[in-house]
Amino acid sequence: MEKTAELGKNRTGIDMSPVHSKEMISGVEKMTDAEAYDRTSEAAGTDTRGMAAIDTQYIRESDPVGSVPIPGTLKGALKSGLKKAGGHDPAVFLNKLGQRLAFERSGVRLYESVITKCEAADELHPAGPVTVEGLRRIRDQEEEHFLLLKEAMETLGADSTAQTPDADVSGVAAMGIQQALNDPRTTMPQCLELLLTVELADNAAWELLIKLAGELKLRELAERFEHALTQEEEHVRRVRSWYEEMVVSQSAGKRMEVH
Amino acid sequence: MTIKLFDNKGTPLEQQKFTWKDLVQKPISKLDDDAFTRVRVILMNGIEQQANRFQHLCSQMNGDLRKPLALVRRVEHHQQTMVNWLLSGDHSPIETTIGYEQVAIEVTAAIAQQEPDEYLAQVYRFGLLEDFDHLYRYSALLDRIEGKDANNILQSYSDVIPGRPTVVEHRHPLDDLRDHYDRGTAEPISKMNALTIMSGEYQTRDYYMNIGPTFADPVARQLYAEIASIEEQHVTQYGSIIDPNETMLEKWLLYEANEAYNYYSCMEAETNPRIKSIWERFLNYELGHLDLVTELFKKHEKRDPAEILPETLPDPIAYESQREFVRETLKAEINLSAAGSTFVDRSEETEATRDYRNYINSEGSPSEAVAENYQWHPGTELARAARKAA
Repeated sequence: MEKTAELGKNRTGIDMSPVHSKEMISGVEKMTDAEAYDRTSEAAGTDTRGMAAIDTQYIRESDPVGSVPIPGTLKGALKSGLKKAGGHDPAVFLNKLGQRLAFERSGVRLYESVITKCEAADELHPAGPVTVEGLRRIRDQEEEHFLLLKEAMETLGADSTAQTPDADVSGVAAMGIQQALNDPRTTMPQCLELLLTVELADNAAWELLIKLAGELKLRELAERFEHALTQEEEHVRRVRSWYEEMVVSQSAGKRMEVH
Repeated sequence: MTIKLFDNKGTPLEQQKFTWKDLVQKPISKLDDDAFTRVRVILMNGIEQQANRFQHLCSQMNGDLRKPLALVRRVEHHQQTMVNWLLSGDHSPIETTIGYEQVAIEVTAAIAQQEPDEYLAQVYRFGLLEDFDHLYRYSALLDRIEGKDANNILQSYSDVIPGRPTVVEHRHPLDDLRDHYDRGTAEPISKMNALTIMSGEYQTRDYYMNIGPTFADPVARQLYAEIASIEEQHVTQYGSIIDPNETMLEKWLLYEANEAYNYYSCMEAETNPRIKSIWERFLNYELGHLDLVTELFKKHEKRDPAEILPETLPDPIAYESQREFVRETLKAEINLSAAGSTFVDRSEETEATRDYRNYINSEGSPSEAVAENYQWHPGTELARAARKAA
C-alpha cells in the first residue's frame, strides 16, 4: 500500500502520498519542456499575463453593477443638508446607507445561525465561553441598526427596499461567510473568526457613514450612527474575546474536542 | 412583425460562428435590467439545453441524421453558452432560483392562456400552482438564510404567497403521467407550448440537482432535494403530453420551429437593445436550422413540412405580469391533484400517491419548516416584524 500509516485524516498535502507525489513532480520535469518553462518564467516571473489581458479587456468594457435609485424628490434633512454642504452627490451617501442596511439585515441571519449552533452545543460540539444570551444581544442590536438605517433612508425620501450597488457587491462578498457559518460541521472557533471578520468590516463601515453624514451636515443622524458604532465596537470586543479564549484554550490542550 | 417559416433561409449554417470573446458578452445588470429580461435569458437557456439533449438522443437512435445533427448541435450549444452567460455573477444561487421560479410562473401562466386545448391548458395550470408555491418557499429561504428580499429579483411582477403546498405535491410516478396530444390533430401552437414548458422545467430540475449539494446549510440542501423532486414530476408531466408516435424528424422540425418562435417572442418583448440584438441574431440562426431540417424532412419522410408547421409563427408569448390569472387559478384549483391522467380533488387521490407522500414526508418536511410563519414583506420579514411592533 502506497500511503503512509495515517498520522491524521487530512489527505490534501503531498506528504500524505510520497510515492505518487514524487511521480507527479518527476512527470512535470520529464514530460514537459522544462527548459522552455524556465526561460519564460524567468522573464515573466509568476505573472499570468494571458489571464490579465482577458481580465483587462472585460474591466475596460464593463458597465457598473447597477445604479443607485435616487428618490424623485429629496426630502427634508438630506435636501437641506445638501444645500448647506454644496457639491455633494446624494447617490454616494444613499448607496452606503443601502449597503449598511443590507449588511445589518444579513448580519441578523448570520448571528441566528451561530445561535442555533450554540443552542446545539454539547461535549462534542462545545461553545466554550460563548452564550446564547450574548449572541442574542448582538443579534438584536444588529436588527436595531437595520431598522435605524431603514428609518434614516425613508426619512431622506429613499426606498429602503431597493438593493443598491454596494449592497449587491457586499452581498456577494458575504456569501462565503454565510456558507461557512451555515455549515453544520464548522466549529464555534471557526464561526467566531468569521463573525470577527464581519464585525471589523462593520466597524469600518459605520465610521465612514458617520464621516459622510457629517459632510452632509446631517448632525442628528451622525449622532445616532455614533451610538450604533459604540455598540459595534463592543461587538468586536466581545467576539474577539470569545474567539481568542477558545483558540488559546485549544492550543493549551484544555479539554475541547477538535473536529 | 410576421415571421414566415418556409422559404425563410435565415442565417446559413456555415456563417453561424463564434469566438470566445463573442460568446462571453457583458452580462445583464441584476439591479437595472427588467426582471423579464432575466426571465427571457433563463428560458432561452432552457430551450437550448433541451435542444441539446434531444439532438444527442436523436443522434444515438438515427444513424442517417448523425452528421446534420452534429453540425446543428454544435451551434445550438454555443448559442446556449452565449445566452446563459448573460446572467451576471452577482446573482447568488438562491437569487437565480427565484428567477427560475419566476420564469416557471409567468411563462406557464402566459402559455396556459394561449393554449387552445382545454386539457393541456389544465395541465399547465396544475403545474403553475406548484411552481408558484416553490417561489414562496425559496423566498422564505432567501430571507432567512441570506437576509435578502426576493422582490429585488421579482421586481413586483410576481406574488410571493403560498400556492398548492409543496408538501402535498409529491405524487406516485403513475399519477404524473398525462394524456398526450394527437400528432395528427393538435394545433402546431399546442406542440410548441409543450416543448417550451417541458424545456423550462427540465432545465430547472437539472439546475436544482446541480446546485443543491453546493449549499452547506442543511435546510437549503433538504429544500432543494424536495423541490428538485417535484420538478422531476413536472418534467414527467410535460414530457408525457407530447405524442410519442411523432417521428424523430417530425420532432426535430418542431424543436427548430419552437426555438425560432421563442427567439421571436423574446425579440418582440425585449427592452434592452443589446440583448434584443442577440435574440434577433439567434432567430435568424434558428431559421437557418429550420431550413436545413425542412429539407431533411422532405428527403427522408417524403412529406410536406406544412403538414406539421404553420406558415407563419404564432403571436409571441406575452412577457408581462400574469398576476390576476395566477390568483384566479389559485382560488379555483388549489385543491386539485391527479389520479392517473385525470385531475381530481385531493380527496380522491390514489392510495399509491398517499402512501408515497406519507413515506417521503415521514421524517419532516423542509418546505414546511423553511416557511413556518413566513409572510413576504417589502424589505424582508425583519421589516414586517418592526412594523408590527411599532
